[in-house]
Amino acid sequence: MLPPDNITIYGEQFSSRLLIGSALYPSPATMTKAINASGADIVTVSLRRQQSAAAGDDFWQLIKNTGLKVLPNTAGCHSVKEVINLAKMCREVFATDWIKLELIGDDYNLQPDPFALLEATEILIKDGFKVLPYCTDDLVLCQRLDELGCEVLMPWGAPIGTGKGLLNSYNLKAIRERLPNSTLIVDAGLGLPSHACQALELGYDAVLLNSAIAGAGCPITMGRAFKAAVEAGRFAYNAKAMPEKDVAAPSTPTMGMPFWHQT
Amino acid sequence: MDIIINGKELTLTSSELKQCLIEYGAKAPFSVAINGQFVPQEQHANYTLNDGDCIDVLSPIQGG
Repeated sequence: MLPPDNITIYGEQFSSRLLIGSALYPSPATMTKAINASGADIVTVSLRRQQSAAAGDDFWQLIKNTGLKVLPNTAGCHSVKEVINLAKMCREVFATDWIKLELIGDDYNLQPDPFALLEATEILIKDGFKVLPYCTDDLVLCQRLDELGCEVLMPWGAPIGTGKGLLNSYNLKAIRERLPNSTLIVDAGLGLPSHACQALELGYDAVLLNSAIAGAGCPITMGRAFKAAVEAGRFAYNAKAMPEKDVAAPSTPTMGMPFWHQT
Repeated sequence: MDIIINGKELTLTSSELKQCLIEYGAKAPFSVAINGQFVPQEQHANYTLNDGDCIDVLSPIQGG
């Protein structure tokens, strides 16, 4: 039996391989319970214009009470300038140099802009940020981000909020094989626990998701389901799956089979 | 002096950013950008606003 193994993200160790979002839950209480049920060690948050000070403070207090590591994002940014400024504001408010870098290139599928993403990543890393880039499943883009100093890469499984799962497992596998030392996290597009399990089976180190849990009929139960799926996927990866075959092979021994070749 | 803060017009009695944030009622934790440019907290006390400046006061919200 293999021992449980932790995931390392920018030098910090975490036991859970599920990073969870804090948005879209039907109520703050459900959010808190679903996050707890998921077993996640890291929760994503964001910044927006202060509307109701009390409401914002309540949310932030709930997140602080979870005791989890906070991962701020730059969701909604469409330019390098926007993303740099929002990242700096996140660093000030959340007191962390971690940033989930989201820089959208197309509003139809919320696809990251790979060119601007590289430019922003280079600037932020030089400024001391630990960048976790949300990117497409493009091998060369991931290689360039790795060369810039990203220890973590977060290619999408499918467009944000679609719940379609891993649309291109060939690309994801290629990234895993070509970047064996990077921490790889499938970010976005997952809808079912089996999608998360599949990502871990491919050798991905973790998954990051929000809608799949928050948008479920019972987010708390779904949080628990994803916890189990991620654990199962990691165990399966470590256990090394049997080779796939094209021809059937009996699992029950044929030697001593009665009635064999009798007419 | 008239400025725009979080999308709303506000007439100020002072051009000091710190005073502006007090008049607006900004509640910590927050971070500030002026005309799209981040202004660190340690600069708030000495930052002088100009007429027509657009100020963003951002606070934690849910994120995915």
